[in-house]
Amino acid sequence: MKERIAVLEEKARNLRIDIVRMLHKSQSGHTGGSLSAIDMIAALYFHTMNHRPEDPAWPDRDRFVLCKGHAAPAQYVALAEAGYFPKEDLMMLRRLGSHLQGHPDSKSTPGVEVCTGSLGQGLSMANGIALGLRLDGRESRVYAIMGDGELQEGQVWEAAMAAAHYRLDNLCALVDANGLQIDGEVGKVMNVESIPDKFRAFGWNVLEIDGHDLGAIVGALDAAAAAKGTPTVIVARTVKGKGVSFFENKASYHGVPPSDEELPRALACLGCFEGFASE
Amino acid sequence: MSGMIATRDAYGETLAELGAENGDVVVLDADLSGSTKTSLFAKKFPGRFFNMGIAEANMVGTAAGLAAAGKVPFLSTFAIFAVGRAWEQVRQSVAYPKANVKVVATHGGVTVGEDGGSHQSVEDVAIMRAVPNMTVIVPADGVETRAAIRAAAATKGPFYIRLGRNKVPTVFPADYAFEIGKGSMLRPGSDLTFVTTGLMTAVALAAAEQLAAEGVSARVVHIGTVKPLDEEILVAAARETGAIVTAEEHSIVGGLGGAVAELLSEKCPVPVKRVGINDRFGTSGKAEELLKYFGLTAENLAATAREVLKAKG
Repeated sequence: MKERIAVLEEKARNLRIDIVRMLHKSQSGHTGGSLSAIDMIAALYFHTMNHRPEDPAWPDRDRFVLCKGHAAPAQYVALAEAGYFPKEDLMMLRRLGSHLQGHPDSKSTPGVEVCTGSLGQGLSMANGIALGLRLDGRESRVYAIMGDGELQEGQVWEAAMAAAHYRLDNLCALVDANGLQIDGEVGKVMNVESIPDKFRAFGWNVLEIDGHDLGAIVGALDAAAAAKGTPTVIVARTVKGKGVSFFENKASYHGVPPSDEELPRALACLGCFEGFASE
Repeated sequence: MSGMIATRDAYGETLAELGAENGDVVVLDADLSGSTKTSLFAKKFPGRFFNMGIAEANMVGTAAGLAAAGKVPFLSTFAIFAVGRAWEQVRQSVAYPKANVKVVATHGGVTVGEDGGSHQSVEDVAIMRAVPNMTVIVPADGVETRAAIRAAAATKGPFYIRLGRNKVPTVFPADYAFEIGKGSMLRPGSDLTFVTTGLMTAVALAAAEQLAAEGVSARVVHIGTVKPLDEEILVAAARETGAIVTAEEHSIVGGLGGAVAELLSEKCPVPVKRVGINDRFGTSGKAEELLKYFGLTAENLAATAREVLKAKG
C-alpha cells in the first residue's frame, strides 16, 4: 500500500504540473481551487473509481461530479492522464471550439457526467445519479467534490437533507475545504463552520482528513464505501494553490492563471525544471 | 367536442399508464403530489416516485441526475415554483446539458384562483421560451395533454409542459394526432385568425361562433407547442386572413403573443393584437371571475377581432 500511495503522490505531482501548464497556456481559469482539489481527484481517478476511459458510457462505472465546476482544470488533467482524450487537448482549454469548456460540460467532454459550474447544483445531480443507480441495482458509487464556499448555497443543504432521507450510501461527497473564496476567507465572507457538525446534524456519516495526505484520502474513500445506510461526506482540509508556494493560501489566485514570469517558478516548485520557451 | 377534464387530471392518469409501460419513467414532486396529480403514479409505483419535500431547486437537480443515470424523469410542482423558484436549476442542470427531464407544471395562469397573485404564474411561458434547448407545450385540453405527455416521454430532451388547475372543455377528438411543433387549425376562416394556446382555444372557438353570426369568418389556430413555433401554419394564417388576434392565459409579454408577433413581423407583417394578462400580476378570486376580470372571454376576443379588422382596413 505504501508503494501505491507513493505512485499516487507522483501522479498528483504530475497532474499539478499539467494544471499549471494548461492554465498558463489558456491565460484564463481557476488555479487555486484546482490545486487544492487535485490530490482527491488523483486518488479517485487512479485508485478508487472503477471506470473505463475507452468506454466512458460503461453502465457500471463509478460516477464523478465536480460540483465546484471552476476546478475543471483538475478534472481535465485527470481525464487526459487516464486516456479519455489526448493530452494535447489540454492546451485548448477555454478556447472557441474546444471540447474543454470553462466549466465541466457533459455535452462536450468525454468522461464528464453532468454540467456543473453554477455552485450548489452538483450535489443534487449526484443524488439523482445515486438514486438512478440504485433503481437499476448497480453497485456503482457516486463521488461529488464541493467547495467550502459552495456550502453557502442553500441548495446544498436541500440536497444534504434528501441524500440522508433516501439513505444514499452509494454517494460520497468530498468538501475541498481550502478556507478561501473569491472575496477572501470563507469564515469572514460567510462562515460555514462547523462543516462536520452541520453534515452530522443532517444525518451523514462524516470523516475529516488532511486533503493532501493521499494515504488519508484513500483510507477515507474506503471507509465511505463501507458505511451502510447513510451518505458519507469527507471534509478535506486543504490549502488553496497547494504545491506552488507563492499561490498557497492566497484568495487572489482563485481565478488567476500563472503569468509568463511565474510559470518557471511555479513548475520549479513542483520539481519540474524543463524549459518552456517554445510555448 | 365533449366532456370537461382538468389537464392536470389527464396528466396524472397518463403518467400512471406510462409507469406501467416504461420502467425507466420516474416521477418527482415537491409536496404537491395531490394537487399535481403525480399521486396517481406514486400509488402505483412507489419505488419510482420521489417526494423531494418543499425544495424545488434540489428536485430539479435530482431529476437531472436521474436523467444522467438513464431514467426518464417527470417532475411536477406549480408553474410559479418550477419556473420561478428553480429557474436557474432548470437552465443549468436541465436545459444546458439537454437532460432528458420533463418539467410538467400545473396551476399555470390566473385560474389558480383564490390563492391569488403569489401563486398565479403569468410569465412562465415567456421565461421557458427564452431558454435554449427547451420545448414548451401548453395543451388545450385533456386529449392534447395525454398526447403531449406521451410525446415528451418518447422524445429525448428537456420539456416544459404547462397545465391548469380547473376543468376545461375538450376541444380535440379522441383520435387527435398530436405532433410536437405542429399547430392545429380547429376552424377554417378567411377574415382573421385567432391564434391561441391552452384553455383560450376553447374560448376562441366560442368567439368565432359569435363572429360568424355577424358574418365575420374567423379562423382558429391552436398552438400547442409554443416552442418550437409552427411557422408554416402561422405565416399561412397571416397571408390568407390578413389579421391575427392571439389569446393566452399568460402575460402578453413574451408568451404566445410575443412569439407570434416576433415571427410575423419578420415573415409576414399583418395587424396583430394580443389578448392576455396586460403586464400585471394576478389576484384572488374564482377562476371564472378572474377570466372575465382579465378579459379572457369570448366577448373580449370578438371585440378585439372587430378592432383588428378595422386595422386591417
